[in-house]
Amino acid sequence: MLEYFLSFLILTGALLTFIGSLGLVRLKDLYTRLHGPTKATTLGVGCLLIASSIYFSTYTENISLHEVLITLFLFITAPVSAHLLAKAALHLNLHSIAKTPENDIEAESSAADNTELSGNTENTGSGGSGTAQGNPQKAPDQIRQ
Amino acid sequence: MLAVTIQIAFALVTIAVIMSFFRLLRGPDMPDRILALDTLYINTIALLVLLGIYLGSALFFEAALLIALMGFIGTVALCKYLLRGDIIE
Repeated sequence: MLEYFLSFLILTGALLTFIGSLGLVRLKDLYTRLHGPTKATTLGVGCLLIASSIYFSTYTENISLHEVLITLFLFITAPVSAHLLAKAALHLNLHSIAKTPENDIEAESSAADNTELSGNTENTGSGGSGTAQGNPQKAPDQIRQ
Repeated sequence: MLAVTIQIAFALVTIAVIMSFFRLLRGPDMPDRILALDTLYINTIALLVLLGIYLGSALFFEAALLIALMGFIGTVALCKYLLRGDIIE
């Protein structure tokens, strides 16, 4: 019975590790690529370490707690390194496949500015009046433009 | 049962190591490569733990702990270098 449980834990851990690296290879941009390894790998390695802890606690006399130390350390450090990687990627202005949200006021006004600069003034009337009503501080700028 | 499972797990984790190594070689930007190195050391920890179960020896946990420590320090140092242009200011 215990052997089946250990096999299940080891197989789950190895599969999650595999899926994490598959996400690292297959996904399109860095911000989505961060998601795969940092979640799946720590969960996978966590499963493997728990399996190893149970194995060494049952098949030898003494209780083995080294694995819990490694698990704790990995669970503390994985979000920190992911956060630093995302900060570095934002600092380098890496390409992201995510679109800018439509309802954001600043994004809308900058989009309106871009369309006015390029001479395409089809949809800026409604958007401009909407931002002028929603944000009175920006109204003089838009009147001047 | 357990021996067969451990061999399947060895195969899966080895494929994971190869895939993260592929991303390390190919990655278009520096953060991709740092992320691939991060994944590579975590996969190495998984391989060491599996080897410890397979050989029935508890010698490998100190090595795994050291790899976890040094890998984290390396990741943080490389990210600080990308962020600030310097590691220790």
